[in-house]
Amino acid sequence: MKNAVGREIPEYIEGYGKVRPFMGAFANYGVRERASVRLRSVKPGEQKLLASIDEVVDKVNLKDGMTVSFHHHLRNGDYVLNLVMAAIAKRGLKDIHVAATGIFPIHEPLVEYMKKGIVTGISVNYISPGPVAKAITQGYLKNPARFMSHGGRPRAIESGDLHIDVAFIAAPEADAYGNINGVNGPAACGTLSYAIADSIYADKVVAVTDNLSPYPACPIDITQDFVDYVVVVDSIGDPNGIVSGTTKVTKDPVGLRIAKIAAQAIDAAGYIKNEMSFQTGAGGTSLAVAAEVRKIMKEKGVVGSFAAGGVTGYIVDMLNDGLFRNIFDVQCFDLKAVASYRDNPRHQAMSGSLYGNPHDKGAIVNNLDVMILGATEIDLDFNVNVVTGSDGTIMGASGGHNDTAAGAKLAMVVTNLTKGRLPVVKEKVTTVTTPGETIDVLVTERGIAVNPRRQDIQEKLVAAGLPVKSIEELKETAEKMTGKPEPIEFTDKIVAVVEYRDGTVIDVVRQPK
Amino acid sequence: MRQYRKSILFVSGNSPKMLQDAPVFGSDGIVLDLEEAVAPEEKDSARLLVKEALRFFDYSDMDVIVRINSLSSGFGEKDIELIARERPFALMVPKASAEQIAQIENKLDQVEKEEGIPAGSIKLIPVIETAYALQYVHQIVTSSPRITGAFLNAEGLTADFGMQRTKEGEEILYARSRVVVACRAEKLNAIDTPFMDSDDYEGLEKDCYKARNMGFTGKAAIDGRQIDTIHRFFS
Repeated sequence: MKNAVGREIPEYIEGYGKVRPFMGAFANYGVRERASVRLRSVKPGEQKLLASIDEVVDKVNLKDGMTVSFHHHLRNGDYVLNLVMAAIAKRGLKDIHVAATGIFPIHEPLVEYMKKGIVTGISVNYISPGPVAKAITQGYLKNPARFMSHGGRPRAIESGDLHIDVAFIAAPEADAYGNINGVNGPAACGTLSYAIADSIYADKVVAVTDNLSPYPACPIDITQDFVDYVVVVDSIGDPNGIVSGTTKVTKDPVGLRIAKIAAQAIDAAGYIKNEMSFQTGAGGTSLAVAAEVRKIMKEKGVVGSFAAGGVTGYIVDMLNDGLFRNIFDVQCFDLKAVASYRDNPRHQAMSGSLYGNPHDKGAIVNNLDVMILGATEIDLDFNVNVVTGSDGTIMGASGGHNDTAAGAKLAMVVTNLTKGRLPVVKEKVTTVTTPGETIDVLVTERGIAVNPRRQDIQEKLVAAGLPVKSIEELKETAEKMTGKPEPIEFTDKIVAVVEYRDGTVIDVVRQPK
Repeated sequence: MRQYRKSILFVSGNSPKMLQDAPVFGSDGIVLDLEEAVAPEEKDSARLLVKEALRFFDYSDMDVIVRINSLSSGFGEKDIELIARERPFALMVPKASAEQIAQIENKLDQVEKEEGIPAGSIKLIPVIETAYALQYVHQIVTSSPRITGAFLNAEGLTADFGMQRTKEGEEILYARSRVVVACRAEKLNAIDTPFMDSDDYEGLEKDCYKARNMGFTGKAAIDGRQIDTIHRFFS
């Protein structure tokens, strides 16, 4: 069957189940129910502190076929997923489903577990290019990986679409009764937002810490009433790997050119004004957009209501400069953001659900004015791919891409027109992550394309003298430089299912030939 | 005076990415560099790359200038032979002298005739970067009707003098003045030396202010990031 973005997808996928096709970004709202929670109540006097991960595995009664979950706030410095999975592998358990909010190259041991059938399923909202992504692409995972968005995952957990048997929560600071925070300790990572739904809805919740503090471990991000056990390990993570790859404004002249045009377009569209809200990623060009927006805000004397997202020191500086009144933070990308979240009450955490869940009573993304997004590919319908690269290899997942695009009043993709000698604008993207109906503007170094749905923006940008072109013109310009690439050939084997934030299937990833 | 009066952006002739990206910064002119930016062992490949870039990329919104190697280097003649046939707006001539300009002009006359290019249409921009060129700058800029302006290369000049180059540029005050006077007297473009620290926007602003007030018509850039600032000072 074809879904609403014209993708041919099966009605049933082995290892995934019955497919609910994507029907449109705003087709799936209404009355919802949340799953009930099964928990074991704790008597006064009971102890939660366990001696080792092995003891935890015993206590939580892990069995074949269960789902274990992890958060990715420690990013490529995370030791917890590997520690737990090693203990699970040692027990000879099979058919484990790993529901991680993010997977990084450090999680390479998963590849062997996939090959041995210890891990047969992976659900993830963000995945870095690396060995696990490659192994999924190559078909080593028995069941197709399930790619979600940052808002889609908590939606799935809350609705019961994703049931977690045991949540292992890396805790930079914890006390023996299960109060957790992410702001203190050698592996301080800031907010623990992506673990919130897991802590509430998992059958068992285990805090894994290397920094056991006297009770209570304040300030508390996840409270003791959600935590079954606490275990202390030598180290939960490498602080060097916790900092996100790029947290500084790019010096690349082309990236800066794109950023300047983007900021001019945001201003011309009328969004740089008092009470504005803004989100951008941690990439060098995305931060350069923030830098250019910052200049215009200062010139105009504008004070925004909030900046949101994964937060870098750069956004913290904008808060401290008085350019925004508040920050909503779903993950801290560097230590400056961690300190700001810890010390500044105007720097608020938001859970993954509050951030982007389409089926709660209103996510923060619904209040966003401007969202700056990246793209691996964008097509003539403005559909965006951030999942697969030019050779069909998995190199990412939605993260907050399709959540923020759906919510923001101005969803702007900023990208070089060509990358690695390939055009970014294509007739059809390899994999749809974010539907074109939620993307308003594409900004490249060689011009701006406005989604025909947004004639209002088109008129304003043209009136401002900005280099507005059709997306077809940009595609032609790119192909003049690069030529038209040969289409990638795929087998019929589905290696990943890409869910839209509402849980419908927007696309599938097939194994490249 | 020609379009390139405000800004010219130097681009390494051996960098495909830079050759591709050069048009996006909005400079009046781009200088595809076969000289300083290219090591001797890469001269031949860079020459071919620049030739292909001139054919392939869309540089229609700017003057395309190619900085050739000097004739004395042994590469200059090959540069002219190959590049002039692609009809660049101008050739930039390093280590300029009236004698070298005359030799290049003869070669261009020949190529233009062979290719059916209107005589004298390929322009010349001498680089003032030696004590000799500075002494004879007026003679050089009036040595051919093809000359549309001169470019002061302070890095080369201070090396020739054995002087220390500074951001403040006090050491090139006389050179700047002399080049400006020679060009302005002949109504030619006078292009100031680039500001070499592309991360220092404030320093660039000060340098632009100084150059404009001395009478330069424009300034060279070594990084696309410098163009917007340069355009704020020159018109």
